[in-house]
Amino acid sequence: MAVEATTPENASAPGAPRRSSRFSGLAIGLLLPVGLAIALEIAVRMGWAQGRLLPPPSKIYATLAELMASGEWFRHAAATMLRVALGFGIGAVIGIVVGAISGSLPFFRKLVDPTIQALRAVPSIAWVPLFILWLGIFESSKITLIAVGVFFPVYLGVLGAVLSVDRKIIEVGRVFRLSKVDLARRIMLPATLPATILALRSGLGLGWMFVVAAEFMGASEGLGFLLVDGQQVGRPDLIIAALLSFAVLGFLTDWLLDLATRPLLVWRDDLSTSERQ
Amino acid sequence: MLELKSVSRVFPGGQQALSDINLEIPQGGIVALVGGSGCGKTTLLRLIAGLDRPSAGTIAVDGSVISGPSEEVGIIFQEPRLLPWLSVEENIGFPLAHLSKDERRERVDRALLRVGLGGLGKRWPRELSGGQAQRVSIARSLVARPKVLLLDEPFSALDAFTRASLHDHLIALWEAERPTLVIVTHDVEEAAILGDRVVVMQPHPGRIFTEFRVNLPRPRDRLDDAFHDTKRQILKALDGSLATQQANAKPASSDAAAFWW
Ligand SMILES: Nc1ncnc2c1ncn2[C@@H]1O[C@H](COP(=O)(O)OP(=O)(O)O)[C@@H](O)[C@H]1O
Ligand SMILES: [Mg+2]
Repeated sequence: MAVEATTPENASAPGAPRRSSRFSGLAIGLLLPVGLAIALEIAVRMGWAQGRLLPPPSKIYATLAELMASGEWFRHAAATMLRVALGFGIGAVIGIVVGAISGSLPFFRKLVDPTIQALRAVPSIAWVPLFILWLGIFESSKITLIAVGVFFPVYLGVLGAVLSVDRKIIEVGRVFRLSKVDLARRIMLPATLPATILALRSGLGLGWMFVVAAEFMGASEGLGFLLVDGQQVGRPDLIIAALLSFAVLGFLTDWLLDLATRPLLVWRDDLSTSERQ
Repeated sequence: MLELKSVSRVFPGGQQALSDINLEIPQGGIVALVGGSGCGKTTLLRLIAGLDRPSAGTIAVDGSVISGPSEEVGIIFQEPRLLPWLSVEENIGFPLAHLSKDERRERVDRALLRVGLGGLGKRWPRELSGGQAQRVSIARSLVARPKVLLLDEPFSALDAFTRASLHDHLIALWEAERPTLVIVTHDVEEAAILGDRVVVMQPHPGRIFTEFRVNLPRPRDRLDDAFHDTKRQILKALDGSLATQQANAKPASSDAAAFWW
């Protein structure tokens, strides 16, 4: 909380030059995609290219605007977001619980970890046929697939975090006679929080990956459905509009997760905190 | 009164870390424990702190036998071991979770002032110097008001100036509450400045080699001749402990030599 600017060095200038260099870095990075987009736009306008397979930015913009105006975009985006949210929620909760128990109870770990590691070797998308057989082609199989994709990185991250908590810090808990519950709450939980949050973020990334796979297996709405639809009716502008939507939503949700969890981690003493000062 | 009666500790691998340790320290006494590395000093402190159990013998504080970590005994490690996600004042208040907020705040504030860190309560541990962090660690142990405070080479990672100022701090704290202190150290000067008694240990197996009193009034003057005599006395005892150790080891090494020839 109040500690961000305790020392005078933090409060003053040194951040400024770095920020401007970061901006010029961003500008350089934008040069290529923006340049290509402009070139494409010009080429199509001048009649040098048809733009049928690679539609120019104006066409994609028009498609997006139309989707938004008709409310279609929101319907599809909401369907996809709901799937990601449910799949991520279920996968993350199970991953955290199983990872934490597995990390704290050696017997449980010996029991379940080998099986989980073996299952992890199956590329998650390969589960699709089985899930469809078991759960049908509607929402359950989609959400299960996403949850499975999210589960593994979260489980591994939390397990690793619990196992790597410094024994010396656990001993502080023993010295002050913490009960098992207090040890979990006052030492293990905060000590594993940074790695858990990192694991959640990579889980969320995989959730977005798997929602596309899930929506490929027959959906009537969702951004993944737009991709399939665009392919079947031969509209690359629709496909690219959906791709852009995925990119923006994926980025936004990751950013929100980062933003929401950042206050929990201000105490950290590593590059992520020194960068912010 | 801290009482150790024929305490020994044999680790599962068969390593005898401590053998037949007998020690009695009256309440408020300060014992400096010195000895080469590996002679069981840390093991001994962990036993007294209840973090480990003796293989034989008993350890008691005021007659009640230690069978696990207790309120009566605090321990400070070589590293401060602060919890990085808690502010300085939250760290100090960590052992006081059972108290009301106001009571806790009051005890924490008092402890902060006492270790000379008033005003730093809101900082994160990462924003402290090594000496400040170790003082927070001492404050955290003292808020629980232990009868016995164990310190395992608490200042060995600090520079000489910081160390000297922490010696003064520690003695000032001790004068306020008079806990029994057991301080493990490598530093002869530290032993002479802090101890009422100096206990010299010897390895293989860890045992007490010799012990003597330091009859210097406090505050002790590092430049005083009597102080230097005390240091010399400790050094001599340490040398003695090493010499007998080598004498013990000799037959083995000549055997080895014979084998090679
Ligand atoms: N947990 C343990 N398991 C087995 N041996 C140990 C353990 N802890 C310490 N020892 C051994 O006991 C001896 C004393 O160790 P220690 O108490 O750390 O010595 P000191 O603190 O005096 O340097 C050493 O030989 C060490 O290897
Ligand atoms: Mg030691």
